[in-house]
Amino acid sequence: MKPVNFDYARPSEVASAIRYLAQDGVSAKIIAGGQSLGPMLNMRLVQPDLIVDITAIEELRSVQDRSDAIVIGACVSHSDIEDRRVPDVTRGAMASVASGIAYRAVRNRGTIGGSLTHADPSADWISILAALGADVTLNGSGGSRTIAVENYMVGALEADIAQSELLVSITVPKLSASARWGYYKSCRKTGEFAHAIGAFLTDPDRGVSRAVIGATETRPFVMTDAAALIGDGRNPERVFDQDAVGRLCESLGMTDPIDRQTHVVALRRAIERAH
Amino acid sequence: MKEQGVGASLPRKEDDRFLRGRGEYVADIRMAGMKDVAFLRSPLAHARVRGVHVPDAVRGQVFSAQDLKGVRPIVAVSGLAGFKPSEQPVLAHDKVRQVGELIAMCLADTRAQAEDVAAQVEADLEELPAVHDMLAARRPDSALLHEQWGDNVFLETFVDKNFEAALDAPIKVTRVISTARQSMAPLEGRGTVAFWDKRKEQLVLHTGSQMPHIVRTGLAECLGLEHGQVRIVSPDVGGGFGYKGILLPEDVCLGWLAMRCGHAVRWIEDRREHLTAGANCREHHYVITGYADRDGRLRGIDCEATVDSGAYSSYPFSACLEAAQVASILPGPYDFPSYRCRTWSVATNKCPILPYRGVARTGVCFALELVLDAIAREAGIEPHEVRMKNLVRPEQMPFDNITNKHFDSGDYPDALKRAMAAIDLDAIRARQQRPEPGGRLIGIGQAIYCEQGAHGTSVYAGWGIPMVPGHEQATARMTPDGGLELRIGAHSHGQSMETTMAQIAHEILGIDTGSIKVVHGDTEYTPYSTGTWGSRSAVMSGGAVATASRELGELAKGIGAHLLQAKREDVKLEAGFVVGPAGRVSLKEVARTWYLRPQDLPAGVDPRGLDTTIGYKPVRDSGTFSYAAHIAVVAVDPEIGDIEILDYVIVEDGGKLINPMVVDGQIYGGLAQGIGTALYEEMNFDTSGQPLASTFADYLLPGPTEVPAPRLEHMETLAPYTEFGVKGIGEGGAIAPPAAIGNAVNDALKGLGAELLHSPITPRRVLEAIANAATDPAKVGEAA
Repeated sequence: MKPVNFDYARPSEVASAIRYLAQDGVSAKIIAGGQSLGPMLNMRLVQPDLIVDITAIEELRSVQDRSDAIVIGACVSHSDIEDRRVPDVTRGAMASVASGIAYRAVRNRGTIGGSLTHADPSADWISILAALGADVTLNGSGGSRTIAVENYMVGALEADIAQSELLVSITVPKLSASARWGYYKSCRKTGEFAHAIGAFLTDPDRGVSRAVIGATETRPFVMTDAAALIGDGRNPERVFDQDAVGRLCESLGMTDPIDRQTHVVALRRAIERAH
Repeated sequence: MKEQGVGASLPRKEDDRFLRGRGEYVADIRMAGMKDVAFLRSPLAHARVRGVHVPDAVRGQVFSAQDLKGVRPIVAVSGLAGFKPSEQPVLAHDKVRQVGELIAMCLADTRAQAEDVAAQVEADLEELPAVHDMLAARRPDSALLHEQWGDNVFLETFVDKNFEAALDAPIKVTRVISTARQSMAPLEGRGTVAFWDKRKEQLVLHTGSQMPHIVRTGLAECLGLEHGQVRIVSPDVGGGFGYKGILLPEDVCLGWLAMRCGHAVRWIEDRREHLTAGANCREHHYVITGYADRDGRLRGIDCEATVDSGAYSSYPFSACLEAAQVASILPGPYDFPSYRCRTWSVATNKCPILPYRGVARTGVCFALELVLDAIAREAGIEPHEVRMKNLVRPEQMPFDNITNKHFDSGDYPDALKRAMAAIDLDAIRARQQRPEPGGRLIGIGQAIYCEQGAHGTSVYAGWGIPMVPGHEQATARMTPDGGLELRIGAHSHGQSMETTMAQIAHEILGIDTGSIKVVHGDTEYTPYSTGTWGSRSAVMSGGAVATASRELGELAKGIGAHLLQAKREDVKLEAGFVVGPAGRVSLKEVARTWYLRPQDLPAGVDPRGLDTTIGYKPVRDSGTFSYAAHIAVVAVDPEIGDIEILDYVIVEDGGKLINPMVVDGQIYGGLAQGIGTALYEEMNFDTSGQPLASTFADYLLPGPTEVPAPRLEHMETLAPYTEFGVKGIGEGGAIAPPAAIGNAVNDALKGLGAELLHSPITPRRVLEAIANAATDPAKVGEAA
């Protein structure tokens, strides 16, 4: 289990990284923390000509605090968020979720942008950031674009990113003081990939109520208006209709009843945790 | 000085090196000019090999079966009647019978380059129907692995002891119970570094091995060498658990190559090879019926057991040790009058099944103990009461059970009593009546087993496999400075023998353990031994070290008596001194005299000096029987299927404990593996025989957060036939957890009518069992 021979570049600027990626006839892969790409290289599941290491790009490690949101560089590590080196604007949601990603050794190296771009359905950021209403910004030779996290992931291990594009930052809106969130992950052991994720956010002051069913076969299912799931929020467990959510899961292609049950329960528990 | 001897929790001599990262494993070995090997392996489970195409660019770096002319296949027969032998080719020709089977050996300067070479070699394979299910493999219409057999059964066994008498029992409980295929997954995988020593005309093969002498025999046979032409060196070993007791085709390939290529060659197994191509164990299927009276007294057990033995009979343990043992150990620590058991060792297109810590016992314990709890539920009495009614009682010891196993000593009911005393059953039963936060369900489960260890000649001669343990030998040799060398043929793969063997010698000779060096893991320097397996090293090598140390003490006394001007019969050995009526002389002085000042010795001095090799067998060689009672308390989340272990109690009797701390470590490690079997580990195959777990993302092992700190209690009933009363306990921790946890889960779910009968007990299986019980209560217990 050793990689094929490849070239390696470590640019210090985004523009330079994009030039490497845009070379004709060169299959290039971006590496940041390498926590998924490393094993895939070793198993020769990917056999690139060139690895572009983006960890020397200062801009990608920076964090900007804006009035309504925080902008997190793509190479910020899970442990940076877990340890709150990144200011928390999510009432603890991101730090809490970060602390449950894999193992500390993985969190020290793995990055938020890498996780989103790798687009593993069972990973955490893709689900919680969708619940929080975050956006991602990509730079490419044609310029810059910003899209919602839930639209960034196209399918399992597939993100909406062109060969010459680079995910540069994630913009997370600031929650109001009345916001509540809940996250529930079902996995068989500490650090293991999730088999079901439920994520929920209600932020009445901002008029936001979002729910996510994650760790599916494909990209997470995002309800951008989840108010109906919880009624007025006072007795969500009475309003939450397991059968209705189960039918919803079925309509999304989740045919296995055990799988459906696990996802429905995960979402219900996420909602319970928010209250 | 007692604190260093037998019974002392002496810190391990090995730890300084291990904890500082100074251990030396096969992959740490560097040799000038050494090159790496990667193998082209079969991507198919069952196929005819039409050819191997090697591009010109890499010719000379690639070796296939047609190059290895004269190399014999690996053959491990069994002497049991009806056994059908297989020939495991070193490199495939004719057919491949498992995914991962070796097709070509590729050589390059680095492993990455060797893998590049392997990627260019093409195997022309014609796919055949794969045999992936051991039950279907027994049917007459199944595809055949070894056509000349006419079926897929390595061996069928049958035993019937007065079975008819059980048939009128009022309680009859039948269950279909199975355990998943597993992988041993030691931290260190397999690996081999080999070279040809021109001066000694000897193949030197470094490989992490539990049994270097057996590997030498097997390798010499395959390569047509004399034993003197093969030296096996096993350096530090990062866990073996049975996998490193096996002669692999890779070893033979590397040996063949090293004899021809003029430089050292290396193969280091990677985790994908380990999981998919090499290390497989444990897959059992039982249809088992317990017959009992209304009060829970067992009348009999009837069982049909099938073991998925994989494609080949592996060397030296063979393809049928597992199933044949099932028949002999299924009755467990219980006394009942009727028994019938039929077993099949079935060939399938999977890796050969190999012995793993606990060997057949883990599956057997799971099957029998789950049935006992089912009987308890049927009879409406507490499970521990059923066990108490049927356990062999201390006054029956030593006890010959229904399959003629000779239980040497112990108090099985007391072990269970102590474990129950550590758990407040009434409080748990009361708690079960109240709702838990989050709707979780609480359950308690027990399991008790006895473990035959240190099997001797009489036991293994009956199996008739290539390896039969005889007298275990040890060398004890003093050095000129008064230190002691102990040489044993067993090898530590985590057993702490550098410490415990020194403790035994210290107990007898009084030499400081810091001055005692244990030499093991090298056929050149150690007496012959079958090695470390079957919970035998403490008993067998320990017994040999004790015997050799006593002999050495006698030799030292002879010299000491002369130095003290005393009669030989008037001196004794005490705390490192030869003590006479009027003075004493240290063993150091004795050694110095023998080696450095022979002029001070009389002409008639015993010429054996201070060096002896001697063999040992227990007074009776039918094995020691350690035993333990395990109790688990679990919480089951019936909505999502999660299981949390809330409490775990183990009461273990290993006879005299040489080093209680080391024994605790053995039990903790075994428990972790037992929890893996119970809840996590599973090597699945699809219908075309493809293994479905190739990394630890798919093959789940318990980690620190999944293994609770058990509450551990020791009993020390001395074994009647061994030195110091020691019993083998190395495997025990891994035997009972699946049964104890399984019973606890079933206790938690009994109100829902759900029952789990397949390990590992995954969240999905829990939810399926609950769903099945809700839709069709009549089918409970039938789903495999």
